[in-house]
Amino acid sequence: MAVSVNRNKCGYCGACVSVCPPGALELIETWIEVDDACNNCGICTKICPVGALEVAK
Amino acid sequence: MKDRYDMIVVGAGPGGSITAKTAAKAGLDVLLIEKRQQIGDPVRCAEGVNKELLSTYIKPDPAWISADVIGSRIFSPDGTMIEMGEKLSGAEVGYMLERKVFDRALAREAANAGVEIMVKTRATGLLMNEGYVCGIKAQHMGNNYEIKSKIVVGADGIESKVGRWAGIDTSLKPIDVCTCVQYLMTNIDFDPEFCEFHLGTEIAPSGYIWVFPKGNGSANVGIGITGDKSTNGSVKKLLDKFVERRFPEGIIIEFIVGGVPVSRNIKRAVVNGLMLVGDAAHQSDPLTGGGIINSMWAGEMAGRVGVKAINANDVSAEFLQKYEKEWRSELGRDLSLSYIVKERFRKLTDEDLNTLGHSLESVDLKNLSLPGLLWALFKANKKLLWDLRHIFKDIKEIKDIEKAEVGI
Repeated sequence: MAVSVNRNKCGYCGACVSVCPPGALELIETWIEVDDACNNCGICTKICPVGALEVAK
Repeated sequence: MKDRYDMIVVGAGPGGSITAKTAAKAGLDVLLIEKRQQIGDPVRCAEGVNKELLSTYIKPDPAWISADVIGSRIFSPDGTMIEMGEKLSGAEVGYMLERKVFDRALAREAANAGVEIMVKTRATGLLMNEGYVCGIKAQHMGNNYEIKSKIVVGADGIESKVGRWAGIDTSLKPIDVCTCVQYLMTNIDFDPEFCEFHLGTEIAPSGYIWVFPKGNGSANVGIGITGDKSTNGSVKKLLDKFVERRFPEGIIIEFIVGGVPVSRNIKRAVVNGLMLVGDAAHQSDPLTGGGIINSMWAGEMAGRVGVKAINANDVSAEFLQKYEKEWRSELGRDLSLSYIVKERFRKLTDEDLNTLGHSLESVDLKNLSLPGLLWALFKANKKLLWDLRHIFKDIKEIKDIEKAEVGI
């Protein structure tokens, strides 16, 4: 399972990308993509200023 | 777009544009790519910049100056106000920019110097040859391209991938990122000649709230706190709370978010055939979060070193140490100092902040230099002087660490 991004909340700033330890996130124009390297650590959910990221259950 | 250049710069923010312009002016064949459709937009910045420093890179133009401020007002948690003149206010006070226009002006200057620019073009990887970065993989309008170059410059911001692809660990710990939300507000009551900074562990733990004038009765009202103090979406909630109290009638006409590196110096910013510039190299100021001037300064240097390297036909990490050493010896030192001051600042309680505020209340700070301010603080707060002894110890530690890391 990977972290999920609520596109309706996301402000596409890239802060989450910078803290992702395995580099699983990428900011592409106006959306965040999550790849297979995501280990669900949840660090990105903490940094997001608007709470757009969630660890999938 | 050709399939080969002397230099490819990834990211058309101020750092990238200045790098590209500097290199092109010296005769290099340069490609500057920007992943967004629009250079400069969406903005991720509070837009304040020191006038004097800025003027060394570009002639001030009313087209991208939203407001001109004469100083800053810092509010401690109990509301005590300290007023400082522009001189003392640092790199973020002076002109309030319109980044959307400013970034494009810089890109235009690069274009005028001969730089080829491609927007909506994203780097997706690096081309490597015998341990050297020798170009990029890029995507434009759904098509993939391989573009060769002698040097690649990663000016791709806080979300930098270029560094990671090249084996430089650019990831940040949450504690080393300032996570920010900003509203452009109108219909608000404030002094358009001053930048406001609001401190307090309740309103902005390990950070501050700012009100930066933007002209026509509007202002950037924003908050930045370090990531360790942030929980799922709390940053926006803190700003909303402040706005409700300070500008109950205010109307939000723009809503932006962003992250700023507020870390120690990055371990390395060059490898064979590659240099990092600006936020990608964590060159923003850890104390204030300001990064425009730093990026431009580093970009110009990277551009110059890139030219020398290509002319010498040597783009090895060893040759590019010229950039590494130079930015560390000047900018890097300032950043290290800002980092330790920030770490001290983070430990101050509201009571400490109030005490500092009270001790400066009667001091005329309009024409004070920074040493003058420190002296005034020391005189009024013996305890602070005692606390600051750690800073000098920390400075020595940081110097030792950096010597070990860079080997200079």
